[in-house]
Amino acid sequence: MKGQGLRLYAILYLVFLYAPIALLPIFAFNDATIISFPLRGFTTEWFAALADLPTLHLALKNSLIIAVSSSVLATSLGIFAARASTRYEFPGKGGLMGLIMLPLVLPEVIVAMSLLMVLLGIGVNLAIWTVILGHTLICTPFAIAILSAAFQSLDKSLEEAAYDLGESKLSTFRLITLPLVMPGIISSLLISFTISLDEFIIAFFLAGSEPTLPVYIYSQLRFPKQIPAIMALGTILVALSVLLLTIAEYFRRRGLKKTGAKDTGGFL
Amino acid sequence: MNNVPQAAAPAPIASRPTMIEFRDVHKYYGDYHALRGINATIKAGEFFSLLGPSGCGKTTLLRTIAGFEDISSGAVLIDGKHMVDVPANVRPTNMVFQSYAIFPHLTVEQNVGFGLRREGGTPAEKARRVEEALEMVGLKGFGKRAAHALSGGQRQRVALARALILKPKVLLLDEPLSALDKKMREQMQVELIRLQRQVGITFILVTHDQEEALVMSDRIAVMFEGQIAQLADPETLYRRPNSRQVANFIGVMNFLPAKVLTEAAGRIAIDVQGLGQTEIDATQAPGAVTGGEISVGFRPETLTMLYEGQTTTERETPGTIEEVVYYGDMTYYDVRLDGVDSPVRISMRNVFGRPVLDIGTRTRVAWSAGALVLFR
Repeated sequence: MKGQGLRLYAILYLVFLYAPIALLPIFAFNDATIISFPLRGFTTEWFAALADLPTLHLALKNSLIIAVSSSVLATSLGIFAARASTRYEFPGKGGLMGLIMLPLVLPEVIVAMSLLMVLLGIGVNLAIWTVILGHTLICTPFAIAILSAAFQSLDKSLEEAAYDLGESKLSTFRLITLPLVMPGIISSLLISFTISLDEFIIAFFLAGSEPTLPVYIYSQLRFPKQIPAIMALGTILVALSVLLLTIAEYFRRRGLKKTGAKDTGGFL
Repeated sequence: MNNVPQAAAPAPIASRPTMIEFRDVHKYYGDYHALRGINATIKAGEFFSLLGPSGCGKTTLLRTIAGFEDISSGAVLIDGKHMVDVPANVRPTNMVFQSYAIFPHLTVEQNVGFGLRREGGTPAEKARRVEEALEMVGLKGFGKRAAHALSGGQRQRVALARALILKPKVLLLDEPLSALDKKMREQMQVELIRLQRQVGITFILVTHDQEEALVMSDRIAVMFEGQIAQLADPETLYRRPNSRQVANFIGVMNFLPAKVLTEAAGRIAIDVQGLGQTEIDATQAPGAVTGGEISVGFRPETLTMLYEGQTTTERETPGTIEEVVYYGDMTYYDVRLDGVDSPVRISMRNVFGRPVLDIGTRTRVAWSAGALVLFR
């Protein structure tokens, strides 16, 4: 029948995409240290084991500090750049914006390597803040892309109207611009947070003796007996990601409803 | 806006004090010369329109009053004060934007009361002023609604209330009715006129709709390519346009080539193609005609088609109907007068008992020399 081939293709595609991720919770609850079928039985032992891994806790703490800091930094920088690129005309704007967006397509390993060379060259000790620096660098283009869309859809006459009604430029920004681009800001924060949280290469190069979560997970894969616990950790991370995405989508839709704008598609 | 008490007849425009003055205003965007020497005065309490095609500079001129555009040279004065270095947020003007610019994240009353944030007064006092403003535009009881849940006409009214609540000296309206449908637009035109009479504030309207300008304005400045082509009251503008460009922009105007024969004592003798020789008053040549080849214009409704057996005390010219367009209340005929190169348009009211004539019918057209306008 017509369309059957396409349907089969779509199903296979989804299986390929999600089957490996579906395996995570299956083996996380499997009562065996070896990752293979048949399953042995149900256990929550691996989740409990996570509580006894101090290095994991350190890595998680580092990752959270880095992800929160770099998402806030990238979003703040993104607000300025997005505002400038959507509202003002200045010489060299095209080239400048292009250069700012370039890290989006630069191989990360190149960025990480050159950053490492520069940092070592000027005698900086590698620490959490050097990773924050690197992550801000790669998150900013994403933040700008998201925020530019938010600023673009903002009618310029809204700001003029507030100014016309006696507000200063600053209070206009606070009372009108900021609330209306808030969904974009939240999106930018969440996306940057997610990017930073699972970023490996830059974290691996610049972290020094402070491992992040992905770096820790990679290091643990060398020990077979740790693998079920990693599976449990992965399960938690997948659940968290879905939760985060749902929250982001909820805020996006609420923002749309509040401003009466048309839904032009989002994450979900 | 119902039950508004009718204000007393306002003083004639010319005797009122000046509210806005443009002195040789120029505006450049890079190499583009957007405003080319604007000189005009707008009187206090006047309903003034800036009319012209898109790109003629009318919105730019409006925005120089609001303070959203700097001028390159010249001066803009509001109520006798130079507006150089006076930013938009302290000028005594408020604006109704083309998109209405209703703050979508606020309620109707938060929108209307937005300008009061910086003013003194108790919250109760402010709430009362918001309620008054809403009542003035016919939105009593709408205060708690979310702004995005309003219809186009309601948004328009919120924008008006929000701009008028600060009692500005001048209200600027940037194509405020262009987004409304025809019925709504006509209703809002009447309401805007009534509102303007009620509050007595100077209204300056930007529009590309000549009918809207004619209906609403005390005076109209017709603009082309950054210059004011003619500034006059609606009737003068319609009956005595000073150029073919203005005549074409406002309503429909027929043109026929003509020659000036003699000019003496305020009377001009002319020879018009198809119509023959006639004499008109010098005031019918507002564009300063000086002899030679000219053209003569006349509106479709100044011509009358004569039916069989009908006679006229005016002049009459024979012709043939070439096109018939039926509008219900009106019928437009394109008639080629004998000895004329192109047909002229005649509008006839479809009064009871008057048949619509067919293409090809021979007819006689009555016209009067007093309805003619001379153009260079």
